This record gives sequence, structure tokens and C-alpha cells, in this order.
Amino acid sequence: MMYPLNNISFTAKPGETTAFIGSTGSGKSTLVNLIPRFFDVTEGSITLDGVDIREVEKEELRKNIGYVPQKAVLFSGTIASNIAYGCENASEDTIEEAAEISQSKEFIMAKPNKYQSSIAQGGANVSGGQKQRLSIARAIARHPKIYVFDDSFSALDFKTDAVLRKELSKVTGNSTVLIVAQRISTILHADKIVVLDEGKIAGIGTHKELMKNNEVYRQIASSQLSQADIEATLA
Amino acid sequence: MAHGAMKSGEKAKNFKKSLGKLIAYIGNYKFGLIAVMVFAIGSTVFNVVGPKILGNATTEIFNGIMSKLSGGSGINFDAIARIILLLLVLYVVSAVFQFIQGFLMTGISQKMCFKLRKELIEKINRMPMNYFDTRTYGEVLSRITNDVDTLGQSLNQSVTQLITSVTTIIGITYMMFTISPLLTVITFVILPLSVFMMSFIVKKSQRFFRDQQAYLGKVNGQVEEIYAGHNIVQAFNREEEVIAEFKATNKKLYESAWKSQYLSGLMQPIMGFVGNLGYVAVAIVGGILAAKGTITVGNIQSFIANVKQFTQPIGQMAQVSNMLQSAVAAAERVFEFLDEEEEEQKAENHAPIKACELEGNVEFEHVRFGYNPDKIILKDFSADIKSGQKIAIVGPTGAGKTTIIKLLMRFYDVNDGSIKIDGHNIKDFDRSELREVFGMVLQDTWLFKGTIMENIRYGRLDATDEEVIAAAKAAHAHHFIMTLPGGYDMELNEEASNISQGQKQLITIARAILADNRIMILDEATSSVDTRTEERIQKAMDNLTKGRTSFVIAHRLSTIRDADLILVLKDGDVIEQGNHEELLRKGGFYAELYNSQFEQTA
Repeated sequence: MMYPLNNISFTAKPGETTAFIGSTGSGKSTLVNLIPRFFDVTEGSITLDGVDIREVEKEELRKNIGYVPQKAVLFSGTIASNIAYGCENASEDTIEEAAEISQSKEFIMAKPNKYQSSIAQGGANVSGGQKQRLSIARAIARHPKIYVFDDSFSALDFKTDAVLRKELSKVTGNSTVLIVAQRISTILHADKIVVLDEGKIAGIGTHKELMKNNEVYRQIASSQLSQADIEATLA
Repeated sequence: MAHGAMKSGEKAKNFKKSLGKLIAYIGNYKFGLIAVMVFAIGSTVFNVVGPKILGNATTEIFNGIMSKLSGGSGINFDAIARIILLLLVLYVVSAVFQFIQGFLMTGISQKMCFKLRKELIEKINRMPMNYFDTRTYGEVLSRITNDVDTLGQSLNQSVTQLITSVTTIIGITYMMFTISPLLTVITFVILPLSVFMMSFIVKKSQRFFRDQQAYLGKVNGQVEEIYAGHNIVQAFNREEEVIAEFKATNKKLYESAWKSQYLSGLMQPIMGFVGNLGYVAVAIVGGILAAKGTITVGNIQSFIANVKQFTQPIGQMAQVSNMLQSAVAAAERVFEFLDEEEEEQKAENHAPIKACELEGNVEFEHVRFGYNPDKIILKDFSADIKSGQKIAIVGPTGAGKTTIIKLLMRFYDVNDGSIKIDGHNIKDFDRSELREVFGMVLQDTWLFKGTIMENIRYGRLDATDEEVIAAAKAAHAHHFIMTLPGGYDMELNEEASNISQGQKQLITIARAILADNRIMILDEATSSVDTRTEERIQKAMDNLTKGRTSFVIAHRLSTIRDADLILVLKDGDVIEQGNHEELLRKGGFYAELYNSQFEQTA
């Protein structure tokens, strides 16, 4: 039996950003999908504040998680109903704040019906990038203890990606942030980077540490950044 | 049958005009159609005459029995045999006519579909790009497949049915009158009653049928949506709400479906009841007439058979009118597309040089452009690009990075200013030869079912095997191809899913190298492939762009930095241009964009 993930151990702390990087098929997505219990571990365990997550009611567990999938999915309704999807009685302020942080406010305000603009089935009437931002807003509006970003930034351009993360850091405060990423630049400043390779941990550390002592990470970095850029990140 | 009659076909916007066009189009097959008509009428006439002759046989038997009772000669079996033989011949001829008629009509409608599809495909290639901006590809596709299909099918059935029903109705009425005008009048009094009741039910149930369709669509939509967003529904604890919502829609579907199905189920029995009333009336009056001796027993039998035959063509007429409606609606959409304005293919004043002789110096002179003339996005763009240079196009998502490329390849034309290659305006070349100047490697790789060798050779069809292999080598694809089972002869499947994304990209690069176009257009992939393939792709791209003018929609920083000219786009317009150092020094939008990725954020 081949497991897509093997022997993974690490701790993600509140107030910190833990990032996952690795080539396609390395198991990054599978790993973070274990947290909301879309699957359960075969062996070993995942604990939340010391309690095995399999012993918590799924509903209770998921209440604490703001999940943003790889492929953004919206539901028919309005922009507001989509942002408030995880917390039905969200106030207008909460919705607007979430829109602002997720960099959605600008395009929402440009629509004639603002927050009441309708969203077609599957979100077919907004662009890919807008869908992704709204799906991030949906997670923010929940004010979760744990944020799970499953490769949610790749569809955004560098600039939006950067601004969004900057704004996000203001509200994530004491939450635990988990980010799966493809771009080195997305995770450059994460407190902890977990490098995955073929389902195993190839290294854990900060960007600087990994650049020094991790071959897999160095390869990924050099395929995306030039020598000069890399030096700039280490300075 | 109840369903067919009930399904209200789509309505054409301009029924008369479209019907006229359709008839004109079918006119191409007028000899075939005349033959169809002759055979259809022939077959029906024989069918209608049948009952009357059969009735003669009954009369013969009746008379025979009567004469026997009164001590006469009894039944004349020879006469009966003759009548039955005649009947047999009639029915056989009628069947043969029907076969011939069906054969001809199917041929005509299928030939017409074939021709329409061919015309539609040819039309697509001549359509200007902006046509597809306002319409989805699905919409155009559905015209080629669904609409043409609907047209073919309904035409095939409705033309035949129309001819046979009309002939049958006229024929039967005539036959009935010849038997007994009185009985005919009685039948025609009862007939409107059934028509009236039917239309009443149809009207009542149509509303529920519409509701049923609408809620069916909603249920489908909900299932699709919930299924696609299953993990989100779970992650955000929405299971209960989703189920409640679904239950509500499902209940409405149940209610409307129940009513529509029940009402349409009522149709048959009601029709049967009215029909039976007719029989009773005919039987009673017929009996009285027979007793009086004004009508023969056989005639009553023929008459009842005729009445039975009568209801069928009437139902068919209702169906035909529905079918004809949807055929005309389909035809309207098809002809609408065929009549769409095309882009002109040939240049009016051709440049004194063939496009294939161009070197690749590209000049943009005060280009002004908007997809919509009221909304100019590219305001005043000028750039002078020398042959062999690399141009990187950068900007945030949605900034319109492909606009410049679409203008260059003349998918759209500039509103003002001009684009020149080697000093010749691109408008002075034929579209097809201009587009041959460009080679493209896009994010969405396009490979077809066939061997790898064939897929690469697609770049230049007369290339030898050696040339294909040389191109693969230059594209850093040779190595991995040799490790595949069958090497260059390995068969790719329809979606080319039996090789990896990165490998697909290398094959398309090899194809572009083989094609050896003067100007290259590259769209760098945003999705990451494994590190080693990524390196190969970059090297292959370098080989490809060497010595060629290349436009790169760039995502990779190394590509951007190495470019001879960087065009920075925002909201559709080129807001900055220059090379990496110049733009950084300038400290504008590009510098901000570039530096943002290193910013301390987390």
C-alpha cells in the first residue's frame, strides 16, 4: 500500500503562519485537507489544542476553520450571501470588512447592486480572480481560529497576492494560518515552511534556513527566482 | 403521443421569414421532395380505400347468410377471395410506397444536415474574433450539433406526416361521404367535442409542464452546485441548509410533475370515451339505416373503421405543428449564424512582399484601440521592435495582456494608428498568410490523438523524421520521448492525458521550433510543474526565441528581466515601457509590482 503521505510530524502555532511547498503530487493539498477532516488519517493523529480531531464533532471542528480551496467555488445567491456563507447572521460590517481585506471591495463597489449583486450558479458570472477573492472573504467572515489556504493565491497576480496577505495579517492575529503555495514569494516570510517531496517531509524551517540547508527547497527557489532575487531575499 | 403533442416547441422570433428561408433551402431538393409527395399520397390513398373494400367482403358474407336463410345459394366464396386478394395487393403496394417515401425523405434531410454542418464549420473560420466575445462557444457549438439535428429530425418526420395526415383527412372524409352523408354529419358533430376537450386539457396541463421543466432545471442546478462545492458545504457547516433548500425545490417539482403527468394521463381515456360515444352513435344510426335497407352492413363496418382512422391524423397534425415550430426555430438560429457578417479574408492592396518573406521588425504607431469603440483602452501606444528582440508583456490579472497579441494577429483591428511589420501595414496582407508569420505556444497545450511524431510534425507537414527529431532535441523533448514506450511512435490519447503537463508543453515547443515562424507568441504557464521539467521548458523556450522576434506574456521574473522591452499593462493600456533596469529606476508601477513580492507581509 502506497500512502500519499508518510510520517508527517509538525506543530502549527497560533499567531504563526505555517506554509507548505513542494512540486505537484507532493501531497500538500492532501495534508491540509486532513485538518477539516475531509479525510481521516490512516495512522498517527492530528490534534487541536491537544485533543484528537477525530474525537471532536465534525461540525464543532469545522466551525473553527476558515477553509479556502484550490478551485474557488461560489453558490447561487448574492455576493453578500456568499461571503456570509459560513456564518448566516454575519453583520454588514463583518461582510464589508471581509470584502475589504480580501481585496474584493473595489470590484464589488463597481457593480450596480454592490453587495446585493447576484451570483450565478457556481459563480459563473464573476472572473476567476474575483471568485478566488470572494472565497477568501468567505473564510475571513467566519473569524476562524484556523485558516487553511489550499493553494488559494496562485490565481492572483503578484501584486494582489502581496497586498491581500499584508491586509490579512492584520486580522489573522492570534489565529493559526496554514498556506499551501506554489510560489516562493507567497511564503517567503512564513514563520515555518514545510517542504514536501513525494509525500514526505523534506525539511522544515524558515526561508533563510531552508536556503542554507535544503536541496529540494533551493531547487524550487532557483526555478522561480534569479540569483539576484534570491540574494535579495536573504539580505 | 400525449407528450409529443404537449411539448411546446421553441418559438421562432420571425416565423414567416425563417420558414421562407427554410423552404428556399429545402428547394435545393425539390425533385426528391416531389417524389416523396407522390409516394406519400399514393400510400395514403391505398390505405384509406382499404376499409371500404373490406366492407364489401362483409356485405358479401352478410348477403350470403341472408340468402342461405331464405334458401338461396349461400356465400359466394369466390367473390370474397377476389376482394381479399385485391385488398392484399393494395396494402402491399401502400407499404412499398411508404418504404420508398421514407427512404427518400431520410436521404434528403440527412443530406441537408450534412450540408448545413459543413457550411457552419466553414463559416466559423471566417468569423471575426469579436463575435465570440459576446457569445459562448457552447452557444455556437449547439447550433452545429443540436440545432442542425433538431432541424433534420423534425423535418424528416414532419414533412412526411404533414403530407400523409392531410391526404388521409381528405381521403377519409371523401370515403365517408360516399358511404353515408348522414353518418358523416353525425361524426363531425362529435369530433369538435373531442378537439375541444383535448385543447382544454392541454391548456390546463401546459402550465404544470412549464413548472415541471423549470423546477427540474432548478433541482439539476442545485445538485450540480452542491456536488461541485461539496467540500465547501462541509467546511462551512451548511449541510442542513442545503438539504432543506433541496427538499423545498424537490417538493415543488413533485407537485408540478404530479399534476402535469396526471392531466396528460387523462388525455387518452377522455379521447377514448369521446371516440366510443361516436361509435355508439354511428352504430345506432347505422343499424337503423341498415334495417331500412338504405345502407349495407359492410358499409357500417367500413365507416367505423374510417372513424377510427380519422382521429390519428388529427393528433398528428397537432404534433406536426409543434415539430414544425421547433424546426423553424432551429433553422432560424442556423441561418442567423450563416448570415452573420464575416471578416474579409483578402487584402485590398496587397503589400509588395509576401508575408513569409518578412523578417519580423514590428512597429506600433500611435495605436488606439477598444473592444468597444466607446471604451478605448489602448490610448496611444507606440513601440519599435527590431527583428530578434524579446518583448515581455506584464501586468496584473485582467489588465488585458493578450490585447496586443490579438491586434498583432488581426483578430481585432486598431481603431486608429497602425501596426507594421518590416514597414508594411499588417492590413495589407491576407489574413491567413499574416497569421502564418506567427507561431504560438500557449498555456493550454493543444495536442491531438496520434503519435508524438505526427503531433510535432503538425508544425510543418512536409518535415522529414530527422527534422522532427532535431526540433525535439532543440526543445529538450528528445530525452523524455525516448524513455516513453514506443518513443516517437507512442500514440497520444484524445486528451493527451497519457503524458504529463510539462511534457505536453515541450512537445508544443518542439512543434513551434519545427514550424520556424518569424514571430513567436508565448504564454508562460502559471501552474507549476516539477522543477526539472520547468528548467527544460525554460531552456526550450530560449532555443525557440533565439533569433526570432518574440512576444511573451510573462509570469516568470527571469523572463521579464531578460526581455529587451517590457510592456507594463494596467486596465488595458500600456502604462510603462522599457527594460528592467530602466523601469526599476523610474520607480513607477512596474517597480512597485516587482518589489511587492519581496515585501514583508506575513
